[in-house]
Amino acid sequence: MSAPLLSFSGVWKTYGRGEATVHALAGVELEIERGDFVAIMGPSGSGKSTAMNIIGCLDTPTRGVYAFDGIDAGRLDRQRRAILRNLYIGFVFQGYNLLARTTAAENVELPLVYRGVPSRERRARALAALDRVGLTGRENHTPAELSGGQQQRVAIARAIVSEPTLLLADEPTGNLDTARSHEIMELLIELNREKNLTVVMVTHEADIAAYADRQLKFLDGKVASDSRVTEMA
Amino acid sequence: MIWEAVRLALTSVRRNALRSFLTLLGIVIGVAAVIAMITIGTGTTEKVKADIAKLGSNLLVVRSGADTGPGGPRVAARPLSQRDYETLSLRLADVEAVSAASQSRVRVVFGTESLQSAVTGTDDSYFPARNWALTSGRVFNDSELRAGSNVCIIGTTVSRQFFGAGDPEGSTIRVKQMSCRVIGLLESKGFSGFGQDQDNVVMMPLAAFQRRIAGSRDIETIYVAGRDGVATSQIQARMEDLLRESRRVAPDADDDFSVRDMTQVADAMTSATTAMTGMLGAVAGVSLLVGGIGIMNIMLVSVTERTREIGIRLAIGAHERHILLQFLVEATVLSAIGGLTGVLLGLGIAGGVAYALSIPFSPSALIVLMAFGFSAMIGMVFGFFPALRGARLDPIDALRHE
Ligand SMILES: Nc1ncnc2c1ncn2[C@@H]1O[C@H](COP(=O)(O)OP(=O)(O)O)[C@@H](O)[C@H]1O
Ligand SMILES: [Mg+2]
Repeated sequence: MSAPLLSFSGVWKTYGRGEATVHALAGVELEIERGDFVAIMGPSGSGKSTAMNIIGCLDTPTRGVYAFDGIDAGRLDRQRRAILRNLYIGFVFQGYNLLARTTAAENVELPLVYRGVPSRERRARALAALDRVGLTGRENHTPAELSGGQQQRVAIARAIVSEPTLLLADEPTGNLDTARSHEIMELLIELNREKNLTVVMVTHEADIAAYADRQLKFLDGKVASDSRVTEMA
Repeated sequence: MIWEAVRLALTSVRRNALRSFLTLLGIVIGVAAVIAMITIGTGTTEKVKADIAKLGSNLLVVRSGADTGPGGPRVAARPLSQRDYETLSLRLADVEAVSAASQSRVRVVFGTESLQSAVTGTDDSYFPARNWALTSGRVFNDSELRAGSNVCIIGTTVSRQFFGAGDPEGSTIRVKQMSCRVIGLLESKGFSGFGQDQDNVVMMPLAAFQRRIAGSRDIETIYVAGRDGVATSQIQARMEDLLRESRRVAPDADDDFSVRDMTQVADAMTSATTAMTGMLGAVAGVSLLVGGIGIMNIMLVSVTERTREIGIRLAIGAHERHILLQFLVEATVLSAIGGLTGVLLGLGIAGGVAYALSIPFSPSALIVLMAFGFSAMIGMVFGFFPALRGARLDPIDALRHE
């Protein structure tokens, strides 16, 4: 087996000091393989978002080592982490986080803008990504003109347009109704299968977590359980 | 990347049109003031210089009464006399011309047309002394001057009014009660810096003017044109000595006449304009500074309002410098729009004023570029701190921002 895509060894994240010290992560040991689809669950305050921020290189551990594809990402400076995010990681948020008054296509183009891709190629790739998430013909709609499910599809298109290795989704269906939630999950599964895209997703709902190959439960800043759903093909 | 940022900036400015406009007022007013002041100042200086050149270089002007400075009241005194004039014309060395003149505003009539004109009685030295040539005809001859003949030379305004495009020579016009034959046409001098039509004039021999128009033998003004290369101050000192002698001013008494050196008047007016331009420029500079602070303020607001947007951009891979550039460009575009508006407004004001005061409209490309560049730079300088603040945001905090 090749090296894992992500690995946490003895990762701590500590906020505050003295009386107010909070250990958001308290010695996390974790490895995630390339192409895996992982759901992270656990009660509020258990450290899920903190772990996601570290995985996404938005944040660094206070102690311990976080490695992304063999790179010691916890030791990288701000600029190198920005490069790493831009090259390898796509984000999908609960609140979609699209730029307001900006068309779907422009939103999707954004990661490519920062990668210096020429505008014609950018446009073509954005349209292809929108097509992939089933939004053909909506490229000139602004977020205000799209439903929640459609907005989340735009966000997914934006996350995959740069062909990342890893897709991070913090409660991607948290704002959607059941039918829409399952559609989004089907889309993520398809992307995971066809592009060998590694997906790490936080969710509170068991039926959403059931889409994943592997379920992690966080408790008090530690991984409390780790179960793999083995499907027979 | 830069074009991307410019496009974003323009979108942002358009979205907040009213706010952007209000923010820009400081810059607009500052730049407009600078441009208007400098353009008007340059025009005025040019006009003054041109007027002085028209007056004649090295011109010294004698009038009766003590001079209390330009525009100040003249203390009444004995008028200048034929004797004063003769003394100067006989005994001044190193001068081109000495001329005596008297003037009055009088009604001039030809056929059914009439005009209120400045009528001057003088001699043939007047024309070289005042650097004034004829476009056609001739100046007075000796016998006409001695006899005070009924002949006159007219300015272009009078000629156009009475004769249109036709030749005025040989026609007889009436000046007050006196009929006189036109023998020459003066070249046009245009309007003076004080808005006076210098071409609405009629010239006649001094003797004719004294007898038929003024009814007295007084002389109002004596013009002395110094020779090139001779210091006017030297001529002026000599003139003052001669006049005190001729007018029998007691040794301990003040002069009862004044000699004005037009070169000095020109210099004084030019330096006054320059000083005024400089002062107004400083005021404009302060308003540009205020405009810059306005830009800084609005950019801070913009960065705060768009914290979440910055968070999204940072999360998906924007670097600090991308965010910095985006907001710097926005501030610069904003202030450059202000600068451009200010330039146009300033040129408009200067053009209007130039037209109203009939001074030349002389916009300077250099000043326009400098004002525009300076205002863009103000945006860059005052936009830097807010932009840096945006660029330094923590993406996690920024994403959580509501
Ligand atoms: N920036 C922060 N400053 C202080 N405490 C924080 C910060 N971020 C998270 N925490 C704390 O860390 C713990 C874990 O938070 P988080 O990872 O957001 O939990 P979850 O996403 O599982 O609800 C919580 O107790 C939270 O209050
Ligand atoms: Mg959370």
